Amino acid sequence: MAALSEWHGRLEETALAPVRRTGLRYWALVAFLLAVIGWGAYAYSVQLRDGLVVTGMRDRISWGLYIATFVFFIGISHAGTLISAILRVSQARWRTPVTRMAEFITVVALVCGASFVIIDLGRPDRVLNVFIYGRWQSPIIWDVLAITTYLTASITYLFVPMIPDLALFRDRLAGRTSRWRGWLYRVLAIGWNGSAAQRRSLASAIGVLMILIIPIAVSVHTVVSWIFAMTLRVPWNSALFGAFFVAGAIFSGIAILIIVMAILRRAYHLHEYVTEKHFVNLGFLMAAFAAIMIYANISELLVHGYKLEEGVEFHFRQIFLAEFAPLFWFYLLGGLVAPIVIALLPATRNIRGMVVASVLVTVAMWIERYVIVVTGLHVPLMPYEPASYAPTWVEWSLLAAGLALFALLITVFTKIFPIIAVWEVAEDHEAMVGAPGAARRAARPAALETQDV
Amino acid sequence: MCPPTGEVDDGPEMDLEESERATADRDVDPGEAIPPYAVTDGSQFGRRRFLRVLGLGTLAVVPVPILPELMRVAGLAEGQPHQGHDMGEPARARDGRIRQWTMIIDLRSCDGCQSVGQPPRCTAACIEGHFAPEPMEWIEVFEAELPGGGTQFIPTPCQQCQNPPCVNVCPVGATFSTPEGTVLIDQERCIGCRICMAACPYDRRFFNWGDAPIPPEALLADYSPEHQVPAKKGTVMKCDFCPDMARTGTLPYCVQGCPNRAIYYGDLEEDVATNGRVVVSASRFLAENDAYRLKEDLGTKPRVYYIPGHGEAVGRDVFTPDRQPTEWPWMEWAEGAVTWQR
Repeated sequence: MAALSEWHGRLEETALAPVRRTGLRYWALVAFLLAVIGWGAYAYSVQLRDGLVVTGMRDRISWGLYIATFVFFIGISHAGTLISAILRVSQARWRTPVTRMAEFITVVALVCGASFVIIDLGRPDRVLNVFIYGRWQSPIIWDVLAITTYLTASITYLFVPMIPDLALFRDRLAGRTSRWRGWLYRVLAIGWNGSAAQRRSLASAIGVLMILIIPIAVSVHTVVSWIFAMTLRVPWNSALFGAFFVAGAIFSGIAILIIVMAILRRAYHLHEYVTEKHFVNLGFLMAAFAAIMIYANISELLVHGYKLEEGVEFHFRQIFLAEFAPLFWFYLLGGLVAPIVIALLPATRNIRGMVVASVLVTVAMWIERYVIVVTGLHVPLMPYEPASYAPTWVEWSLLAAGLALFALLITVFTKIFPIIAVWEVAEDHEAMVGAPGAARRAARPAALETQDV
Repeated sequence: MCPPTGEVDDGPEMDLEESERATADRDVDPGEAIPPYAVTDGSQFGRRRFLRVLGLGTLAVVPVPILPELMRVAGLAEGQPHQGHDMGEPARARDGRIRQWTMIIDLRSCDGCQSVGQPPRCTAACIEGHFAPEPMEWIEVFEAELPGGGTQFIPTPCQQCQNPPCVNVCPVGATFSTPEGTVLIDQERCIGCRICMAACPYDRRFFNWGDAPIPPEALLADYSPEHQVPAKKGTVMKCDFCPDMARTGTLPYCVQGCPNRAIYYGDLEEDVATNGRVVVSASRFLAENDAYRLKEDLGTKPRVYYIPGHGEAVGRDVFTPDRQPTEWPWMEWAEGAVTWQR
């Protein structure tokens, strides 16, 4: 029992460490990210002053990097849903140490993604018209509905399983931290004392949430794809689009999760809890989704390419041979084939290999979104020379700022909230080690006692 | 999200449990499996209040997506999204029927203004009449290859679809169908999301990417969706079919501007169309000259009809390509403005 309580102590210390100690490197990172965001804010102020003319978008290619980044961020928000809901439903135990990180990613990515829609608007000052004059017939309204619902659901789903850990922070940090933190944990722990009744409500709340959030997440990326599929554009004219986007979303979500895991593991010394097994398991999952993506691509491309209806020939030429070919081939080979190879080869089936695969997938999936958006609009509709599009410094700056915002929010979250689901990890550990002893329970009455959820 | 959590769990089950709490035992061993409806803690911050906080917290955020509906019910927003545009009364025929504007473009008479040696006059007249910013060509003369070689010129205004893809996708009802069968844009409502531009299969929508050059007299104009002057930055514009002019008995600028009288404008309800010189029965004219509509297979049901041809009625040789590029006079008139390429 001594070993177990020592293990518990270490777990709590690891979870509390980021909150207790903040080094110079952390502030340097925050300062750097704030500088990038500040630069993006300047670029956006230029865009507000001069209009969207400062971007590379024009009448014929009227969406570009902003919309691609919006789709990309909404895609990676599926990390949380996949890991914490789908794996929870399927009772994959190994997921517990990484659930919290995945749920952070979901909320943060949604905030970043939604902001890119606003950035893309010609009249951001009229964004409230969406609520005043909203029409349910418009795919954009479906998106507003789905994304706000998903944001609310994922914040709830981040918060509810965190309550026992917030109570742990409240108890362990009482009087030993700043006043606002003490207040924050006290309020957010909403009086959690670990009683049997509370634990049962928590279990049932999580049970309902994890079932509810899966259809919401699926609906979100489906309606995102319908923004494109509901138009009369040849490359977007696909009934497969919704499922294709959902698969791609989960795919890129896993990749981002692996990257965030690797960074936080090193930064906060989580080696004991986030192990090679997590990377390899997620790497296998990513390879499986890569296979699904390959299947979807073949299905999509063959059905259209075999018949080569009007506009399809132009589209195939641009993605396979002409201006978008380097990007598209990188996506196919680097983003879809490489992760499978990396996961299959024993030599690369390790943390380093999985991180490399994840970086490839993340870049490739951003490129895929970009190629989908731009090539869809690139196919000429009338007898005119195809238009061209290249993002300007304003667009690149805002992309950098968006990524920096993503990193900053994750960084700040890790300094305020428990990055590891302490009570769930403890519960799994106990289940593994054996029935917990009565003595230990008597000694630690508050936060961590849990029944099997 | 998820009101069901609160509602379901806070429901009858809770009351049942509350009644059983009389014999609450706070020291029940948490490590042991707890059967349903077991004797549990009812004091302090028990399950009920815990769930209430959760439920109220989530319920507080749920209304965000249904805000428009709530506002509508509360009378804060207009009842119909399409209402509230600053527009004139629809034109009516003598017997009270609402006119259904149409345009018939006789390609047999269109030579892309090769014979007058100028940029297409329809486009130029439209630009000058509407102070259309560079590089907008609300009626654009495309030169299309003919299947057997040679080219034809196709003046292309907004097709005024009766099943308009742009109207379907607009999130705020800024672009809308009118009783006269036209499609208009309210630039005072448009949020500039440009999904209508992605949706239009005819490439007939134009965005004000920056501060368009506006000549001083345009600033004096009385803006309405039927008369999109002056241009507003960050909003979408297109051919409005000039219904305000038609109502006063004036033909649209493009019809007036055509030197070959290739463009007819009229009312399908009264079955009449004119190019300013001759008046025809619209239905007979369309039927007898094998009229077609652009991209008929898309099902958009345009109100703009074409009579097939390549300028043969005005003596154009089908193998004489190219037309003069369109010009916009505004940059000389408005200092400090910006233009952009399409």
